[in-house]
Amino acid sequence: MRSHPQAAARQSVGRVGLRGPRRPADVPAGTWPVLAVIAAGGVVGALARYGIQLGLPHRPGGFPWSTFLVNITGCLLIGALMVLIVEVWSGARLLRPFLGVGVLGGYTTFSTYVLDIQQAVTAAAAATALLYLAATLLGALFAVWAGAALTTRTVRWLRRASDSQGGEQ
Amino acid sequence: MTFLLVALGAALGAPLRYLTDRFIQARHDSVFPWGTLTVNVAGSLLLGLLVGARAGPAIMALAGVGFCGTLTTYSTFSYETLRLAQGGSRFYAIANIVANVVAGLGAAFLGLAIGLASAG
Repeated sequence: MRSHPQAAARQSVGRVGLRGPRRPADVPAGTWPVLAVIAAGGVVGALARYGIQLGLPHRPGGFPWSTFLVNITGCLLIGALMVLIVEVWSGARLLRPFLGVGVLGGYTTFSTYVLDIQQAVTAAAAATALLYLAATLLGALFAVWAGAALTTRTVRWLRRASDSQGGEQ
Repeated sequence: MTFLLVALGAALGAPLRYLTDRFIQARHDSVFPWGTLTVNVAGSLLLGLLVGARAGPAIMALAGVGFCGTLTTYSTFSYETLRLAQGGSRFYAIANIVANVVAGLGAAFLGLAIGLASAG
């Protein structure tokens, strides 16, 4: 593999899918350090979400931009993270529970998304409700894919760059 | 003060999501992410209940933004859905989207109705 970095790179362009674990929460048994870093990460993520929601309020029936942005950026980051923990940070055991389950799990939210839709329906803004429902769903899936794809390519590009540098010396 | 309440709710919600997921995923062999579906539906029900009952700002910050917001997750839901689709389980991926959205909305409306009724 090391002798054919270009071939490996070509292969990776065709398939930049998710190679990470099936489930972000599938981390080592529920020991106290794991629970502690998940709680700490959850606090960080929730406060970031709350800050964005305070800074970007929406009127009743308006498009809930804050929760939309939170969920899309959180999905972009989990796509990137799940590649990094396999490709780069495979030795750091508490990193996935802290960043994946804690920070990003707490930053993104499903309950507010659902209540945003319900509030838009109540405000007789059915079109906004439907647009928000679909845009978040599709945007979130695309963001996970894009986060993983961009990170995979960047990691491989950096590896190739450092490999060829090592060859010149 | 509000930030403290959000933080406290989140400190409970995140580990509870993890423990619920582990508890549920250990009890079936399917690749379907029942654990995330469970927390998303439960959190939507509770948030609907709080909104319906017109909970005050302190309870809303603690239980709504902090606890429900953190108990539920969109990043894990999306990641698991895409992982199912790319792992060849297209049917499960679509079923996961439909189940989360339909059950989540249903739970929110149910919670709202119960909350409204209890608030009189």
